[in-house]
Amino acid sequence: MIEVITSLFLIFMILGALIALESRDLFSSIISIGVVGFILSALFLFLKAPDIAIVQIVIEILTLVILIRATISRDVCFYEDTREFFPFAVNIIFLLLFSIIFISVLKYMPEFGEISSKVREFYLKEGFKKTGAANIVTSVILDFRGYDTLGEATVLFTSILGAVTLLRRRAKNE
Amino acid sequence: MIWILTFILFAIGVYGVVCKRNLVKIILGFMILDYAINLFLILIGYRKGGIAPIISQNENLQEFVSKAVDPLPQALVLTSIVIGLAITALFVAIAIRIYEKFGTFDISKIKELKG
Repeated sequence: MIEVITSLFLIFMILGALIALESRDLFSSIISIGVVGFILSALFLFLKAPDIAIVQIVIEILTLVILIRATISRDVCFYEDTREFFPFAVNIIFLLLFSIIFISVLKYMPEFGEISSKVREFYLKEGFKKTGAANIVTSVILDFRGYDTLGEATVLFTSILGAVTLLRRRAKNE
Repeated sequence: MIWILTFILFAIGVYGVVCKRNLVKIILGFMILDYAINLFLILIGYRKGGIAPIISQNENLQEFVSKAVDPLPQALVLTSIVIGLAITALFVAIAIRIYEKFGTFDISKIKELKG
């Protein structure tokens, strides 16, 4: 059952991604990427990851707002997309490389839904005892791997600082 | 089957990043790559008939450990999604600056960058 749902959602995501990349109108391609993100968040809900589904919805809305701010009121709706040989050849080479890696790894991939690791059992057993958080994901983020979250906050702060620096108006005393 | 579909999504992202000439399309291709990798990590952590890793009031711990899905990929993907937003915001800021300076999103028309 879960395989059917996941495959169906993935096919819809692939279609949405293709429309987003091939559409002539930039605004409609941004709407399509929003559709892909919301389908992804619904799929996270089916895969028993409610925290990530919530975060994905919030992030998707923020991304859409940022992208619409970038493209609206700029007359960039129609542009010619002529094929050049060099990027296409690079793309073929990249995809061949990735496909070779993927096919050679696919033999060793276990069946979907039957993967188990020792780390998982450790976190599930000790997470509630050691941190007292009923949500194990929260206990991993904020307690076992708190330094990761600190690094994440640093990356977020640095990148927002960079964006603000790029977008600011001219200095006053210039 | 599911792994192959995830790889196709990843390949579409690579195609968007490498082949497209519009800056916004390149950003969208990067976002598709991001989605594919996050989804792949969550799919790895899933177990058949699993439950969300949240302990309720009256639940046997042994049963919970045997049934719950893997919490570690979920925690790391949470970090990865937020960092994806940060990178996208930086990309868009650079794209807006390029549009203000050159008046186009098309990377082949930005002549002054050519050495």
